[in-house]
Amino acid sequence: MIIAILMPFLIALCIPFIAKFKYRIHTGYVAFAASLSIFLYFLTLLISGKTDILYHYSWIPSLGLDLTFYTDGLALFFALLISGIGALVAFYSIHYLDLEERLGSFYVYLLLFMGAMLGIVTSDNIYALYTFWELTSVSSFLLISFWFNRKASTDGALKSMLITFLGGFALLGGLALLHLVTGSASIREILTKGDLILGSDWFPLIVVLLLLAACTKSAQFPFHIWLPDAMEAPTPVSAYLHSATMVKAGLFLLLRFTPVFRESEAFFIAVSIIGLLTLFWGSYMAVRQTDLKGILAFSTVSQLGMIMAMIGYGTEAAIFAAIFHILNHATFKGSLFMAVGIIDHETGTRDIRRLGGLWKLMPITGIISVLAAFSMAGVPLPILNGFYSKEEFFASSWDLSADRAFGTGFASVLADIVPYAAVAGSIFTFVYSMYFYFRTFTGKSETTVAKKAHDPKFGMLLSPVLLVSGVILISIFPNWFSRHLLLPAANAVYGETMEAHSIHFWHGLVPALLMSLIVVISGILLYSTRSYWTGLYKLLPGRLSGNNVYSVILNASEKQTKKLNDHIVSGSLRQYNAIIISFISILTLLVLFGTNSFDLSNMDTSPVSLPQSLPELAVAVIMIAAAFGSTVSQKKLTAVIILGVVGYGLSILFVLFRAPDLALTQLSIETITVVLFLLCFRHLPEFKRERKEKLSKKITNIIIASLCGLMMMLVGLAAYSQRLFPAISDYFIENSYKLGGGDNIVNVILVDFRGLDTLFEITVLAIAALGIYSLIKLRQKGGDR
Amino acid sequence: MEIIMIVLAGILFGFAVYNILQKRLLRIIIGTALLSHAAHLFILTMGKLKRGASPVLTEGTENYTDPLPQALILTSIVISFGVTSLLLVLAYRTVKTNGTDNMEELRGNNHD
Repeated sequence: MIIAILMPFLIALCIPFIAKFKYRIHTGYVAFAASLSIFLYFLTLLISGKTDILYHYSWIPSLGLDLTFYTDGLALFFALLISGIGALVAFYSIHYLDLEERLGSFYVYLLLFMGAMLGIVTSDNIYALYTFWELTSVSSFLLISFWFNRKASTDGALKSMLITFLGGFALLGGLALLHLVTGSASIREILTKGDLILGSDWFPLIVVLLLLAACTKSAQFPFHIWLPDAMEAPTPVSAYLHSATMVKAGLFLLLRFTPVFRESEAFFIAVSIIGLLTLFWGSYMAVRQTDLKGILAFSTVSQLGMIMAMIGYGTEAAIFAAIFHILNHATFKGSLFMAVGIIDHETGTRDIRRLGGLWKLMPITGIISVLAAFSMAGVPLPILNGFYSKEEFFASSWDLSADRAFGTGFASVLADIVPYAAVAGSIFTFVYSMYFYFRTFTGKSETTVAKKAHDPKFGMLLSPVLLVSGVILISIFPNWFSRHLLLPAANAVYGETMEAHSIHFWHGLVPALLMSLIVVISGILLYSTRSYWTGLYKLLPGRLSGNNVYSVILNASEKQTKKLNDHIVSGSLRQYNAIIISFISILTLLVLFGTNSFDLSNMDTSPVSLPQSLPELAVAVIMIAAAFGSTVSQKKLTAVIILGVVGYGLSILFVLFRAPDLALTQLSIETITVVLFLLCFRHLPEFKRERKEKLSKKITNIIIASLCGLMMMLVGLAAYSQRLFPAISDYFIENSYKLGGGDNIVNVILVDFRGLDTLFEITVLAIAALGIYSLIKLRQKGGDR
Repeated sequence: MEIIMIVLAGILFGFAVYNILQKRLLRIIIGTALLSHAAHLFILTMGKLKRGASPVLTEGTENYTDPLPQALILTSIVISFGVTSLLLVLAYRTVKTNGTDNMEELRGNNHD
């Protein structure tokens, strides 16, 4: 079990070594073999009916985090989809990608993605789920920007990454809240605590966050804008990530939590509206596209919206239909993408305005496309699986108000509107499917394009042919698939065992059939009279489209970041210092006042009486004057000598405060320092040469300096007034003689109690001396200027 | 007395920071020297002032001034001397190499 999930990662590790031999054996075969074996493994699981295999590993037991992988019906369904389509795509890409491309990187990314997807669907731990989720975003980014020297590729990759990472962030928040509310990081346990979640105050936020994650990943309105741009990826990637698997991760997430959420009316309202809106918007936009992949991208958006809406309904029929449509969508959209890849490969263009009449030149591709496109449109033929699931979609929309007992609120109104919205949204689906097929394969083509186009080699056709035969097989034996694949998955989602669901082509004259017929007839009408409607398709969106919003935000944030960065990272150390110091001062002041740290009544100060304290006061005044003097002095000599006054003043204070050792040391050090200053003096320029500083800058500096001084004063007062612990000095006073054998306590502390400190102090001095020595010596080697 | 000393230390800190924010290297070094003076005074004050005899054991004396801050300051004085001298030589080297001790002229530009 764990091997199957980790296998893509393991193989991905080996790919770089194998890729060296790409001229002898195409690297894609390795990826193909890997995904095929994973597919077969999951298939054996499905056949044996063992659906709850667990891999369990105590990850961080102290936090109650376990790494568990499990397969229920839903996970198995998705795992089969991921590995099955993955194998086909890998096989297809062998013939699509040139040997000169960076095959190694491509298959590493592809396998990385496959492993991450398998991880998402089988993880039980929510944090593992999140990690795999982000990993799919990363690998998607890498795959979209595979041709990284094209600007459109990198832009599309960036867009998809920004949007899906936004969702990933929301996902982390939502999952963390779920953990908080239920106290468990295991999905299976969370699902058993539905009441706890529904009743919690956090519930609305959880739903919003998880919806945000699902909508960004599954390209729901208004986050769908990344998907069309992601079409810059190589076509196998589009077929795999951006139609069959990754975009379904969002749906998977919602399906996973449906057992809990489907009780909530708010969830129904939000998800259904988003889904129907996306269904409509995606299909409307698809009709406007001229790039074949653009049509498919928007059609994917729209189909995802339809599935989303069904998840929102939350009824038994709707969930079953949603699962069914995920399967069907993977088959027909995957084959359509591969067909577009073939067309692109053979004719060199994907522009639908330049294409036409390919039916005669590429009959096999034509058959694939007609079956897939008609299936997507929901044309009522017994060999098209798209019709079956669309029929189920209509049926579940129609029965919604009967199946779910809504009150009289907004939800019940919405449930009544839903069937009409479903029909309206599906009409354009029909139109773009027709548009896609007829504009490409019938009519006339530009002569330059048509010249050498023909059906490709067998290898490139095999994958789409297999997928299309999947379309037909599902349509002929819908109940076999239903019983073995769909029902277990739907049961896992629904949380209860559903009745066996039989799928028929002919239900009799039920509303769903009527709805289908309305869609087909109005679709045909719209398509055949489309020249009159071109204005309609250009009506929306104007300046407020999602893409504009995105680029405005992106440009503005880029500009602002650069501005901020240039402003702060100016290269001027003085400015850094000013920022750091003022920040520290302000923060400390805020904390001091915020926590009210002053307790002046508690202060234990020694008394100040005038005649006795005169020396101290006098020295203090002199020191302040000297510090001021050295600051304003315009001559460097004066400044240094006055600085000396401060130092000597300090040593006098040391004398007055009964610190003889300090006084002695300070005196001698101060003398040496002044001498040192004077030594270096000759080489340092005079102050006078400095240009006058701007007044505003000067004032700013004064303010910062005063703030810092004030901060230190207040810190001193606060620290002095609060004594939280008894002083440890008594220990030294008592033991100085006993343990250290010396009368001078300060000396004993330095060389005995804290001898190691002093040792390091000496080391520091030695290092400083070495530094000084080498700085001076440098002159002889480097030479002076 | 402690309050007065704390205020004095705060004022010294203020002057030190003002000097550090100046353009010339020498000013900045003067600032760091002032800063260490201020810090020493600050630490000394924290151990209470004038509470007894110098911390040298003598017969018959009960109260001594807190010796611990003094030991810390002693270490610090020596270290700050090392810092000041290193900075001075660094400034000297900078002036020799770049021909200026003005921070505004020494800053890097965006193309570095």
